[in-house]
Amino acid sequence: MESNKIKIALAGNPNSGKTTLFNALTGLRQKVGNYPGITVEKKTGNSKLDETTDVEIIDLPGTYSLYPKSIDERVAQQVLCNKEDDSYPDITVVVADATNLRRSIFLLTQIIDLKMNVVLALNMIDISISKGIIIDVNHLSNKLQIPVVAINARKHEGINKLKKAIIHTRKEKINSFFFDIKLLFKDVIEDTNKIRGIENNYASFLALCMQEMSGEGKIRIQLFDLCKKHGFNYSRAQAQETIRRYKKIDEVVENCTTIVEVQKNKSFTKWLDDVLIHPFLGYVVFLSVLFLIFQAIFSWSEYPMDLIDSFFTNLSMWTASVLPKGVLNDLIVKGILAGLGGIIIFVPQIAFLFAFIAFLEDTGYMARVGFITDKLLRGFGLNGKSIIPLLSGAACAVPAVMTARTISSWKERMITIMVIPLMSCSARLPVYTLIIAMMIPAEQSWGPFNLQGLVMMAFYLLGFLAALATAFLLKFILKAKERSYFIVEMPSYKIPDWHTVLYTIVEKVKIFLFDAGKVIITISIILWFLSSYAPGNRFEKIDAKWAGIEDAEASITAEKLEVSYAGIIGKSIEPAIKPLGFDWKIGIALITSFAAREVFVGTMSTIYSVGDNSNTQSIRERLESVKNPDTGKKFFTNAVGVSLMLFYAFAMQCMSTLAIVRRETNSWKWPIAQFLYMGVLAYISSFIAYQILV
Amino acid sequence: MQKLSEISFGKEYVIHEILDTELAQKLLEMGCTPGEKITLERKAPFNDPIAIIVSSFMLSIRRVDAKQIIVKQV
Repeated sequence: MESNKIKIALAGNPNSGKTTLFNALTGLRQKVGNYPGITVEKKTGNSKLDETTDVEIIDLPGTYSLYPKSIDERVAQQVLCNKEDDSYPDITVVVADATNLRRSIFLLTQIIDLKMNVVLALNMIDISISKGIIIDVNHLSNKLQIPVVAINARKHEGINKLKKAIIHTRKEKINSFFFDIKLLFKDVIEDTNKIRGIENNYASFLALCMQEMSGEGKIRIQLFDLCKKHGFNYSRAQAQETIRRYKKIDEVVENCTTIVEVQKNKSFTKWLDDVLIHPFLGYVVFLSVLFLIFQAIFSWSEYPMDLIDSFFTNLSMWTASVLPKGVLNDLIVKGILAGLGGIIIFVPQIAFLFAFIAFLEDTGYMARVGFITDKLLRGFGLNGKSIIPLLSGAACAVPAVMTARTISSWKERMITIMVIPLMSCSARLPVYTLIIAMMIPAEQSWGPFNLQGLVMMAFYLLGFLAALATAFLLKFILKAKERSYFIVEMPSYKIPDWHTVLYTIVEKVKIFLFDAGKVIITISIILWFLSSYAPGNRFEKIDAKWAGIEDAEASITAEKLEVSYAGIIGKSIEPAIKPLGFDWKIGIALITSFAAREVFVGTMSTIYSVGDNSNTQSIRERLESVKNPDTGKKFFTNAVGVSLMLFYAFAMQCMSTLAIVRRETNSWKWPIAQFLYMGVLAYISSFIAYQILV
Repeated sequence: MQKLSEISFGKEYVIHEILDTELAQKLLEMGCTPGEKITLERKAPFNDPIAIIVSSFMLSIRRVDAKQIIVKQV
């Protein structure tokens, strides 16, 4: 049954309302996956056209044409041109922005020429009318020889009419075309048809144009020879075809639209742009927006994060008491549940961050942010589109890495992804807080400013500067695969659609939970194993030693951790971390915080056997009393504190980020490179700081 | 004839030619075909990138790319 489902592809320009229509058609019945072998997101969803017709809808990446220039466009092209492709649709719905009819129907006519069943969904017709552009829908339908339905995707208007049109179109067999490509390249196309064994002129033309990008073996060589024979230069051919096609489109558009004079006040968009792109005010507004977002993320997430935390604490305690004692109990409670808790705790921050980003994106503001920051970031090998991923990194690197998708240049995207984890994320906050509290008395101030707060801010700034500096270096290391552009449409400002915002949140949270989640759980289990097992009968000896002594739980846990595999690793790396001022105990904390940085606090409290490990105050007091066995003085000196903070600022101690980087780059190469360079950076800076300060 | 990077506010231009092939591919498909009207709409701080209005939508483009586009004042 599943395979007989009618497949519908949604195609359209970026900002055409394609995703809004997709959401309107499918609701939450959506799946996000990847196209095989590439990192382009594949969004599919189920819908019903009527009581009896179930359909699967594929949301293709937004493109302006079918010419494959980026991986996104390649996907759209591959799905629509290859009848054998799993996703090859029975019907393609092209979503067009009525205010940009000319540009929107360019893609449409290309798809028509592939001899596909096409329906045009004409979106935002109300806005076009208010701009004085009246489109004769019936006339347009006649001219294009396909059904045209006016819709308003946001208000869910015209959706039923669209569904009816789709059902109707399905039964038709279309053999017309819009622009005859043979007019331009008759011979070479006929030869290509023969080689490909398919009588589809436009598909053959596109196959010729994309032969460089596809590795189709024998056919590729034949096509290459063919181009040589006919003197076919694909980029020139594309340009030629585009211009001719647009000429024809211009005739149609002119024929079907009437321009009426509307009273033009200075538009809302212009008025807003005066402020938002202003050379001074633009940055002020942007920084204020950022400030608000971070305030909100930190303060609003706190409550749900506390809830999740206590939920998992309770669940762990409950599970531990219900299940029989033993390995399984331990594995579930300390391995799996701890890992799950560590993942789910980030969901509120991810949700809030994406709520803001989706909201601002939908208003059209994001394009402006890129516009005012592009020049500044370009010097560092980045792009205007890098600003949002970078700043999101200050909340959490995981969603930040996901937002880097919008950067179309491969090099700029990779640089962005590589430097994001240097931004001080919220997981560093508890570590910084603890160490700063140990080094600086709360009441100490520097002028009117609280010194603790200043140091905290300095470390955030340090992260940002390190990210820029690294980006600058990577600019010379990475080879660009393509030229970088900032050709971005700046859409008119709109009131955001809360549906879109909601769907974005659900989608991103799902990706995080399921894709990164798998890796995180695996590593959590490994970490659990390392810290709860020891070679030989060491644990039994500890149990025997403390047997019968009351309230020894904390001491037993601490001693067991010391002799466990994690403890062994901690001790074995001690020589390496001694020059940074760290001992083997910190070594263990470094290893366990690989699960997530904030685990540092918990591990420190376990290892120094602080009974209550939820109380920062008690951990601090305990740590402050620790003496250095060599000197007999305080162990946590300022030198150790600064060194430790620098290490946490720079080291890549977050498996969630590594997992998401692997997912986004589709290779282990990048997360490994990231882990190594950040590790080296952390080691060297801690080393220098400690050696100077000690 | 002048480069798109040199145009001034308040005047109307049409696209004459896009010199760079790769850039041309990107812009042509978005409807920036020869003969289309162009006006300068915004300049980002530091005058780069610039935003133009072309076939009724606003498009931002870096100055370095704008140099590759030849326009005619009408």
